[in-house]
Amino acid sequence: MHILAEFKEGLLISLRAIRGNKMRSVLTTLGIVIGVVSVTLMATAIEGVDRAFARSAAAFGTDVLYIQRFPWVSNEDWALIRNRRLIEVGYASKIDRQVKLSDAVAPVVGTRRRTTNGNLSMEDAFVSGTTHMFMMAAGVTLADGRFFTAEESNGGRPVCAIGANVAETLFPHEDPLGKVVRVSGHPYTVIGIFEKQGGLFGVFTSDNRVIVPLFSFQSHFGGRRDATIQVRVADVKQMDDAKIELEGIMRKIRRIAPGKQNDFNINQQELLTQTFAPISLVIASIGLFITGLSLFVGGIGIMNIMFVSVSERTKEIGIRKAIGARRRTILMQFLIEAAALCLFGGVIGLAIAFPLSLIVDQVLPTAMPLSVVAISIIISLAVGLISGFLPAYRAAKMDPVEALRYE
Amino acid sequence: MNVIELKDIVKTYDMGGAEEVHALRGVSVAIAKNEYVAIMGPSGSGKSTLMNIIGCLDTPTSGVYQFNGVNVSEMDDNDLARVRNKEIGFVFQTFNLLPRSDALHNVELPLIYGGYGAGERKQRALETLTHVGLGDRVHHKPNELSGGQRQRVAVARALVTRPSIILADEPTGNLDSKTGEEIMGLFEELHHQGNTIILVTHEADIAEHAHRVVRLRDGLVETDEPVRRRHAAAASAS
Repeated sequence: MHILAEFKEGLLISLRAIRGNKMRSVLTTLGIVIGVVSVTLMATAIEGVDRAFARSAAAFGTDVLYIQRFPWVSNEDWALIRNRRLIEVGYASKIDRQVKLSDAVAPVVGTRRRTTNGNLSMEDAFVSGTTHMFMMAAGVTLADGRFFTAEESNGGRPVCAIGANVAETLFPHEDPLGKVVRVSGHPYTVIGIFEKQGGLFGVFTSDNRVIVPLFSFQSHFGGRRDATIQVRVADVKQMDDAKIELEGIMRKIRRIAPGKQNDFNINQQELLTQTFAPISLVIASIGLFITGLSLFVGGIGIMNIMFVSVSERTKEIGIRKAIGARRRTILMQFLIEAAALCLFGGVIGLAIAFPLSLIVDQVLPTAMPLSVVAISIIISLAVGLISGFLPAYRAAKMDPVEALRYE
Repeated sequence: MNVIELKDIVKTYDMGGAEEVHALRGVSVAIAKNEYVAIMGPSGSGKSTLMNIIGCLDTPTSGVYQFNGVNVSEMDDNDLARVRNKEIGFVFQTFNLLPRSDALHNVELPLIYGGYGAGERKQRALETLTHVGLGDRVHHKPNELSGGQRQRVAVARALVTRPSIILADEPTGNLDSKTGEEIMGLFEELHHQGNTIILVTHEADIAEHAHRVVRLRDGLVETDEPVRRRHAAAASAS
């Protein structure tokens, strides 16, 4: 009851003081506003990068292993691995016969080709050849239509499934299903459209792909290419065992003598996330540190103005002490004032940052996380309390006799 | 029983270096309940220092100060704040009201620090303001009040906690003589109602309103005697 009444009195005084010095309060709060805006926007941008990455990484599938000539992420000397033998398309069927822990194996070969529909064209579409097993082995879903069947695949039929970007670019006003696209001049009938996956600045995006049956790919674009063998593991919990099994099969296929190193790599999504996590953490830490500095400067502004406020109101402090205000009462009064200034700043900052985050969203799909909202409110409150403490403590410690004498 | 008992109070200010100022050199004064005492003296006599010590705004360098039988000379800041809040009502020369608060809030303030509930605070503050004749000015801010009215608000603020003493420091110093007389009349009335009043002043005619005058000079009590004639005249006049 007692402390509550004092708190209420403190709040009343602070609001009155803030209103009494409008211009000063606004300018001081501006520092906090800018700090909160930059910190929340940075946090939003970081969230956006993380999300984009997570989505791109998800496209690789958590349960899919990629047998490839080179590792995705490596410290190995490029000179030592650059002469590795190609991964052959034919491995897929051999693996499929021997493997126990995996339930889908698909070879994938790719190239970049100009793909057109009449006048509309896409210069650098990712054209891949694979088998009907791809849908199972890649963990992707179709938005519309169907994927090619085993018969179409084995027969090398001129059909294709296209990514969302390809569909939008080549068929802006019509349904692509059943229409013909030309890949380097070769006609393919569209039978399926993949779901949009998004990506990180379009770098990892798989929305630009055109997937065709392996045999037609080989006859149109050449047979001897480095392939990726995608293998889906039946049980995610057995990823490591499945990897060891595949490694054994691959060594047998490639006839690698015992004791010699693998001349292939089995990649998986986890590698990417493991590599990205520390990078993301470093970027986030540096970004938040730098933007945090502006909040720090804002805090110094608050401290400065609180010192001014305390010395201006020395007389008032003396009066309050004379009629029975204790140290903690005075301390609380000024802490509340500093916290209120910062809290205003934080709320205004959020109100500005939110529409700005919608602009960021155009470049980098993101959303201001609710946690950021909560944290920035707490942080601005904390900045107020921390930067208000020294001035408030000075006020609380004042000698009532001297304070009363002050004019 | 005495409300205030000062024994050999010494107050020395260290001005830095070897220089020391002896503001009080051993003052002993006792003040009983319902006394009306004036503390007089020229500037530099130590009367302000004595007032600060009596008002528990400051503590003596040596000596014992008993307030209602409790030794307050060695209390810490927070205990002194509590004594000031509950036992002492200050009236200052410059009124010392909070400029941005209305009369009611100014009078409520000691009750806020005393931990009273909102309802009781308001009721007591209103009663006290009415008592000093400002029942119709409770929502005026200090700058909307005359000097005499401001001092009445200050008196109400001093009275509202029903303190053991009212400590007035040159209460008429910033008022014209007519308004000053009115305020002195108010003190006389409060004294009749049983309040203990200590008046600090350097003006002899103001001090004569009291019933006892303690004169200080150079940090010592010079004289301490009752004011008989003026008191008798005032009593027969009323």
